[in-house]
This record gives sequence, structure tokens and C-alpha cells, in this order.
Amino acid sequence: MAGAIARWFNERAPGLAPMYRKHMTEYYAPKNFNVMYYFGSLAMLVLVNQILTGIFLAMFYKPSALEVFPGTSEAFASVYYIMRDVDWGWLIRYMHTTGASMFFVVVYLHMFRGLMYGSYKKPRELVWILGMLIFLVLMAEAFMGYVLPWGNMSFWGAKVIISLFGAIPVVGETLVHWIMGDFSPADATLNRFFSLHVVALPIVLLLLVVLHLAALHEVGSNNPDGVEIKKKKNEKGIPLDGIPFHPYYTVKDLFGVGMFLLICAFIIFFAPGMGGWFLEHDNFVPANHLVTPAAIKPVWYFTPFYAILRMIPFKLPGVLTMFGAIILLFLTPWIDRGQVKSIRYRGTGYKIALALFAVSFISLGLVGAEVTAEAIPMIFGANADITSIENLFGRFWVLVYFGFFVFLWVYTYFGLEKTKPVPERVTTHD
Amino acid sequence: MANEVVDHGRRRFLTATTAVVGGVGVVAAAVPFIKSWEPSARAKAAGAPVVADISKVESGQMVRYGWRSVPVFVVNRTKEQVATLTTKDVESRLKDPNCDVTSQQPAYAKNPHRSIKPEWLVMIGICTHLGCVPDYKPKVGPEPFDPDWKSGFYCPCHKSRYDIAGRVYDGVPAPMNMVIPPYHFMDDTHIQIGVDPKEAS
Repeated sequence: MAGAIARWFNERAPGLAPMYRKHMTEYYAPKNFNVMYYFGSLAMLVLVNQILTGIFLAMFYKPSALEVFPGTSEAFASVYYIMRDVDWGWLIRYMHTTGASMFFVVVYLHMFRGLMYGSYKKPRELVWILGMLIFLVLMAEAFMGYVLPWGNMSFWGAKVIISLFGAIPVVGETLVHWIMGDFSPADATLNRFFSLHVVALPIVLLLLVVLHLAALHEVGSNNPDGVEIKKKKNEKGIPLDGIPFHPYYTVKDLFGVGMFLLICAFIIFFAPGMGGWFLEHDNFVPANHLVTPAAIKPVWYFTPFYAILRMIPFKLPGVLTMFGAIILLFLTPWIDRGQVKSIRYRGTGYKIALALFAVSFISLGLVGAEVTAEAIPMIFGANADITSIENLFGRFWVLVYFGFFVFLWVYTYFGLEKTKPVPERVTTHD
Repeated sequence: MANEVVDHGRRRFLTATTAVVGGVGVVAAAVPFIKSWEPSARAKAAGAPVVADISKVESGQMVRYGWRSVPVFVVNRTKEQVATLTTKDVESRLKDPNCDVTSQQPAYAKNPHRSIKPEWLVMIGICTHLGCVPDYKPKVGPEPFDPDWKSGFYCPCHKSRYDIAGRVYDGVPAPMNMVIPPYHFMDDTHIQIGVDPKEAS
């Protein structure tokens, strides 16, 4: 019976079975993947979670900023309708909000893996560029999703982020009003963000993920040793250090999925707000266009970039520097001229630089999340000049962040890097 | 058919004209979609002038009014606050003490107190950096963000500071003084926001 069905399909779509083999049973991935290689598949898992839970949230949510009772919009009220009145609505919403933060956790680790093992280098530049585009679209998607509950942080977050475009000379203000559809974030803004969040951007995101995987499967996966397994093949043309993605890595990834879901379940059931890190306190208050929250800050995953914006004392340069921080990541394959991929065989300079880069990212995150502003009086006493100390600290790490890319270019372009010999095959082969 | 000579010039011409005409069509079809994002007629109509009754605003107090869905601050400044505006100490710390950027206030508010009457400040309470609403910090004396505070406005978003006339301090992210909207005194206790004195008379 099963054979008959397979034959029926094979006669009508003879390309399906070869496609399955190309991407699953005959996609040979290096056998030495370590824990850092879980995050790609986990990102896909979160994407599926976001789409499924999002479809159900859209069944109950109402994208309307019009007031249902004084001070509270229909959108805000519908979110609390989901939380309190819809059966299991709280679970579906918390799966979606936790998923948003966990998406960035796995994507940041996935990107860091790329930097560690040189996965952005030739021949995988296109994979990296597509991945960076996914990251950009994901940021837009997350930002617009954050606006939907129409809480006070939604409103002011929307206002600040859209106002960034006002820094563009001449057309800035017109552009801001065009994006908002009003002179301040309003019903029109909420409606279009809802449309983009649930229709346009998910379609783009899915398309980019397909292209990211297609580009990866053309060149093959990198690995912690940064050696090209395709260089050593057996008589059948199969890489000596490769194992079929299915069943070997599907099973391995399933184990990762289990561990990951354990952590997610803990967050969803015991700490869905993560003490204000995943769901900010000020967003439990309805949007008020006359009052800015006392401490306005984005959700944690935007804080490093937000800190860069804040640390630059002029508007247009601040905006440009912030976007520059992301553009430099796009250009990493061309900034880094080194031939050795993996950190295991790269020079000590690179190891220190990458560690400092990671520290700068986290430190800027703390500045952006206002953790430093709270910590300074505790360290330096109540009379400390918070602004100056914070600026000094933040600007130092902005320099380190950008310094990483400058160093990387100088270090590799002028051949200052002393690399170790790269093995012929992965180190764990038999 | 198969034996006919292909006229490559004609084929190129037809391909190019089809592409150009098609491209123009795509651009033309995109216009309505792009224009649909502009503030609608309803949003534009919501910008009517607002009347503020200031009879109950005490000295040193600030009241907010909504106008065109932006907050307008109306402050009844104390003598002490007004006095700080012309001190060297404050002026030397400002980016644009003489209000030379003309887009930020009407001509009748281009003075140190940036208002028609020195004690009454009428100002759009939106930080010129990224559009937050600054806090009113009326006290003259040390504040956590400035040990030598002379009263004014402090933006919680990115720490921009303004004096009590909305003039921006030097060395903060905000590039310009806050905007003074068109307004006029209808009588001693009523201000109309959104209409110039000239238009009103």
C-alpha cells in the first residue's frame, strides 16, 4: 500500500524524492558538530511556535487603538481578554512572548557560533548574508509585535523607533508621518503594524529561511574545526567526515529540542515576565500619549543597539552609528581576510578580540537596559554623577564594539595573525 | 517560421519598450499603496485648535493639554524660574540660547523666555531627539542627573536636558530647542493653542 502511494506520487512528481534525499538522507553534515550547532534547528522550532501561537492570538486580538473605556484601547483590552477570559489564552500568549525572547537567545548564539568557527567565510558568504537579512527582518517583526498590546511601552517604543527615521535630512519628518499614518503613533499605526506583523514579515521571514537553508545545502555545513569535509571523499563521492543529516542530526537535534523546551516551559509556567526582561512592567499600563514611562528602554534583545544610540551625543550620528553596528556584521566576511576559519586554529589576537566583542555586546546591553544607571549609585555612592560615569562606561564599550571590526581588518589584512596549522580532516575522525 | 531571419534590433526594441512600459505601470500601481500610508483625512482633521483655561494654574505648576495628539505644556513660571533664563550660568550651557533656529518657535516667541508673557510658557512637550515627553523638573538645585540644575525639563529616554524655556543644553542627544506652537491669549485666563495672535485678531 505504502509502496503504491509512493509510486503514485513518483510518477506525477518525480522530483520530490530526490529533493528529500538531497536535503535530508543524503545531505552530509560534518560528524563533529558540538553544542553550538543546536541553535539553527532551535531557531526553526521557535519560528514554528511563533507562527502557530500567532495564528491563534490573531483569532482573539483586536488591532484597534480606539478607546473601549476611558484610557484603555480595544487592543489593550483584547490582550487582557486573551489572558483572563479565553480558555488557555494565557498559555498561548506566554508561549508567544517567551518565544519572541527565546528567538533572539538562539539567534544571537547561532550568530556567535558563526563568528567563532568562521562560518561566514568563503564559500558561505551568501549563507551569512541571508542569515543577517533574517536577523534584520526578525528585529522588525519583534518590534512591531511589541507595539500590538498598545501598552505604554508599546506606544513610546513605537514613537522612539519610528522617530529614528526623522534623523534623515530633508525627508525625515515626512517619512515619520508616513510610517505612522498620523502625527503621533495612533490607530492607523497599530493597524498597519498588525498587518505587517502577521502577514507581510512572516512571509518574508519564511522565504529567507528557505533561501538560507538552500544556500547552506549548496556549500555544505561548516564545523568546529573549520575544515571543508568535501575535500576528502570516499570512492562513492561521500565526504569521509560526513554523516547523513537524517537520521543522525535529526535525532541529535531532537535531544536539543527536548532540553530547550524544558527551559522554555520553566519560563512560561514560572517566570513569563522574567522580572521585567521579557515583558516590561511599563507595558502593563495602557498607552498614554501625554506621559512617557519614567525609564524608557526596549526589551533586552534590542538594548545593545539602543545603548549605542544613546551613547552618541548627536541625533543623526547616533542613528547612523547604531545602524552601522549591524551593517558591519553584514560585511564581516570581507572585513576578515584571514584564511583560517575556526577559532581553534586562529591567532591569540582573534580569540581575545572576539571575547572582548562578546563582553562589549553584553555591557552595552546592560547600559541599554539601564542596569548600569541603577548600579552606579550603589558602587560610587549616592552623589555620583550617573550620566558622566555611564557615558564613560558605555562609550568605552562602543569603541570596543567597533574596534573589533577595525582590529579584525588590520590583523588579517596585514598578516599579523599567527595561526596554527589546520588539520586535513576533522579532529574526531576514526 | 523556422527559416525566417530574426531581426535582433527589433526584438531588443520590443523587449526594452515592454520592460519600460511595464516598469512605469508597476510604479504607477505602487503609488496608491504608498499614498495610503499617509495621515488620513480623519487624522488631519483632528488638528483643530485647543483652548486652555489657565485661571487655576498656580505659580510653578505645569498643566498638559493634548493638541494634534501631542502634549502641550503650559507652565506658570515662578519669578525665580524666569530669572534663571537670562543668567550667564544658564546661557553658557545652551546649544542655541538666542533661539536662532527659526523652525522651533514663532517670531513672537524668539526671546529668552520664549513666550508672549514671560511667566507663561506654552510649548510642545516633545523632546527633539526621538519624540519622548520630557519630565518637568521645576526645582532649582542639585538633581541626580545634574548637580547644578537650574530648573527645566529632563527627558527620561535619553537624558536630554532643557532649561525652563525649553532651550536644549549642550552635550545632550537632542539637537534643537523644543517647539513653541502658535498660540495667543484670548483674555487673561484663556490661551488658544494652534492659532497665531495675528490670525486671531
